[in-house]
Amino acid sequence: MRRYAAPILLALFLALAAPIPSAPAIGPGEALKDAKLEDRARDIGRQLRCLVCQNQSIDDSDAPLARDLRRLVRKRLTAGDDDRQVIAYIHARYGDFVLLRPPVDERTWLLWFGPALALLVALAFLLWRLRRPRPAAPADSLSPEAAARADALLGDRGDEP
Amino acid sequence: MSAEIGHFALIVAAVLALGQSVFPMAGAVRRHGALMALGGTLATGQFVFVAIAFGALTWAFVTSDFSVANVVQNSHSAKPLLYKITGVWGNHEGSMVLWCLILSLFGACVGWFGGNVAPGLRARVIAVQGMIGLAFLAFVLLTSNPFDRVNPMPPDGRGLNPILQDPGLAFHPPLLYLGYVGFSVTFAFAVAALLEGGVDAAWGRWVRPWALAAWSFLTLGIALGSWWAYYELGWGGFWFWDPVENASFMPWLVGTALLHSAIVAEKRDALKSWSILLAILTFSLSLLGTFLVRSGVLTSVHTFATDPERGLFILAILAVTIGGALVFYAWRAPALKGGGLFRPVSREGALIVNNLLMTVAALTVLFGTLYPLIVDALGLGKISVGPPYFNATFVPLMAPLILAMGIAPFLPWKRADLAGALDRLKLIVAVTIGAAAVVVFLEDRYSFAAALGIGLAVWAIGASAFELASRVRLFRAPFGESLRRTAAMPRSAWGMTLAHAAAGVVVAGITASSVWQTEIVRVMEPGDRADVAGYTVAFAGVQEVRVGNYLARRGRFTVSEGGAAVATLSPEKRIYLPQRTPTTEAAIRTTWFADLYIVLGDPHGEGGHAVRLYHNPLVPWIWIGAVLMFLGGMISLTDRRHRVGAPRRSVRPAPPQPAEA
Repeated sequence: MRRYAAPILLALFLALAAPIPSAPAIGPGEALKDAKLEDRARDIGRQLRCLVCQNQSIDDSDAPLARDLRRLVRKRLTAGDDDRQVIAYIHARYGDFVLLRPPVDERTWLLWFGPALALLVALAFLLWRLRRPRPAAPADSLSPEAAARADALLGDRGDEP
Repeated sequence: MSAEIGHFALIVAAVLALGQSVFPMAGAVRRHGALMALGGTLATGQFVFVAIAFGALTWAFVTSDFSVANVVQNSHSAKPLLYKITGVWGNHEGSMVLWCLILSLFGACVGWFGGNVAPGLRARVIAVQGMIGLAFLAFVLLTSNPFDRVNPMPPDGRGLNPILQDPGLAFHPPLLYLGYVGFSVTFAFAVAALLEGGVDAAWGRWVRPWALAAWSFLTLGIALGSWWAYYELGWGGFWFWDPVENASFMPWLVGTALLHSAIVAEKRDALKSWSILLAILTFSLSLLGTFLVRSGVLTSVHTFATDPERGLFILAILAVTIGGALVFYAWRAPALKGGGLFRPVSREGALIVNNLLMTVAALTVLFGTLYPLIVDALGLGKISVGPPYFNATFVPLMAPLILAMGIAPFLPWKRADLAGALDRLKLIVAVTIGAAAVVVFLEDRYSFAAALGIGLAVWAIGASAFELASRVRLFRAPFGESLRRTAAMPRSAWGMTLAHAAAGVVVAGITASSVWQTEIVRVMEPGDRADVAGYTVAFAGVQEVRVGNYLARRGRFTVSEGGAAVATLSPEKRIYLPQRTPTTEAAIRTTWFADLYIVLGDPHGEGGHAVRLYHNPLVPWIWIGAVLMFLGGMISLTDRRHRVGAPRRSVRPAPPQPAEA
């Protein structure tokens, strides 16, 4: 039995290996001859989601659907579409989910502008706080003995970056 | 028997955690010294019993005890010993026990090394640690018991997910948890300070070493995960803005902000209330990360154990911890008094810029991660938020951050002169602009992004080097004097300089590998050659091998440079037994300045194979930079001012202490 083990395992291995998608990303023979056009195709591919994968762009995925979409992108580019038109073409057929860069609309205003808004509000608040006249700082008005005690407790806190 | 011992030990640990959350707290309220001191003992006890439970689980895995359900589901007798051990945390139940182990370790450490913390505060910190420990031990005991038995006992186990049978991923969770859970201590310090109703400058000083330790481990944990993704997922990427990656990145961002605001809290007695909020948020985001990963709310390539019911339990822990802490904060924080005054342009101001940008960056990542879920839950359709969003929002925040990072060490406290600082840095400014200009000249496609990235990297490294040079008065004082100053430099200064320069190293790696990657995808037959970035790669063929618990198709590639053979690379496609799961093992030759990366694809035609060849310039710098950041943190941690085990003080409050020599 033992001497059959290796051939059986290898046969099993080959049978299993065949249909399983391998290392992801673009396959041989897919790339366009025109290097400039192919570069554009890659950039577009990175912005489109492989709909059947988990968090992969069509450029990263080896799924058949991703391959079909890559071919579609290249077909549209060869036909003379600009990048925006190609993305619009795919978007029209597959919906918002295919766009890794979500569209800017009323649903996504918070997503796109929320962080910038938070930053502005925080900056405005800070400037207001720093410009507001305040009474003399308590930290600077420690009695010499208290300051000496605090310094002794904290060690040489002055020279550290 | 070991399973029962482990189960029992977990129950004992939970009871001790209950005591730990009650007694020291009561002692602190009543100013009862003995009750407060009990906290440290109980914390040590909790750690010992969780360690016994963890040891029992490890024993069950190492001895392949297939009467334990968890071992059956996640181990196999033919697995190498290393992966039998790491399999302990390669599954949900075991990883939660590891979480509890590290949590109880940190709790015990507060008892062991917290001798210089005021006893009342220390007791409260230990009590809060006890509460968190109790919540998670209850979670393990009630929903995720790793010690459940199976009957009848199966002859062998189902094996560990092969993707986890890898050194990188084996040690990724423990490091990540050291970071995540480490921030529980800063959280406990924040809550304890709110309970006491007062924060003094010493608070910042006590918090800093814990924040530094947690941050360093989190940095290393994230880097290890990213490195694993790079060599294992097989397409040369290192960061995918995947929800699970984001889950670990958010606490890192806010934790970095905390690290810096705590400096201001200590040195200048300012930003105290804000530091407390950051400490709460950092641990909240760590818990959120745990929830996102453990609940299966997000689908992701990294999630290997998911269960919505457990998610509900964690969500409850999350709601009570975060909600409770924030409500408490809103109630008590207004009473905290602000301290030292400063002008917008000052060291404080620069550190606030860091805080602001780091926090907003974390907010961006949080929005991007949760937005698809929220839009879906509201019935507004399905949207995707992917790398283009994160790159568009994240880079504009990081660029000013790195600019500020370079200049901040040249700004004095309270009030600074920006023009003067820039004037001191004029050499570095010139080098930075020059480097960016050269990149614009060299690169046509991504010239703006490339120039920005390389410029920022040069700036960060250059400004850090210049800071070091001016600190030791290099070339401005006799060389011996510079040497003496170098030796006398505080370790925390070394740590800062190293970590800041390391950020530049990481940026250089990310930029160069994204912009100047070379990729060749083609079918190669034995004897074929391909030229990649100065290397000639010859394909010698494929052989099938059986190694341990997997079968592999192994390619052989000889790499030569200028006619001389420099390496033989053997990328593999493996099929792991018994699950028959395929994995791809890229073969990588690194020169520390670039990687040659080969992936073997599927057979193609007669004897041919699809092959992917990548040349990734500076990609190792991403992880070298992260390791340097970790080292920076560790060096800083050994500074005598940070030493957590600093000379013990008697229980009397804060007698003056002579400065050490």
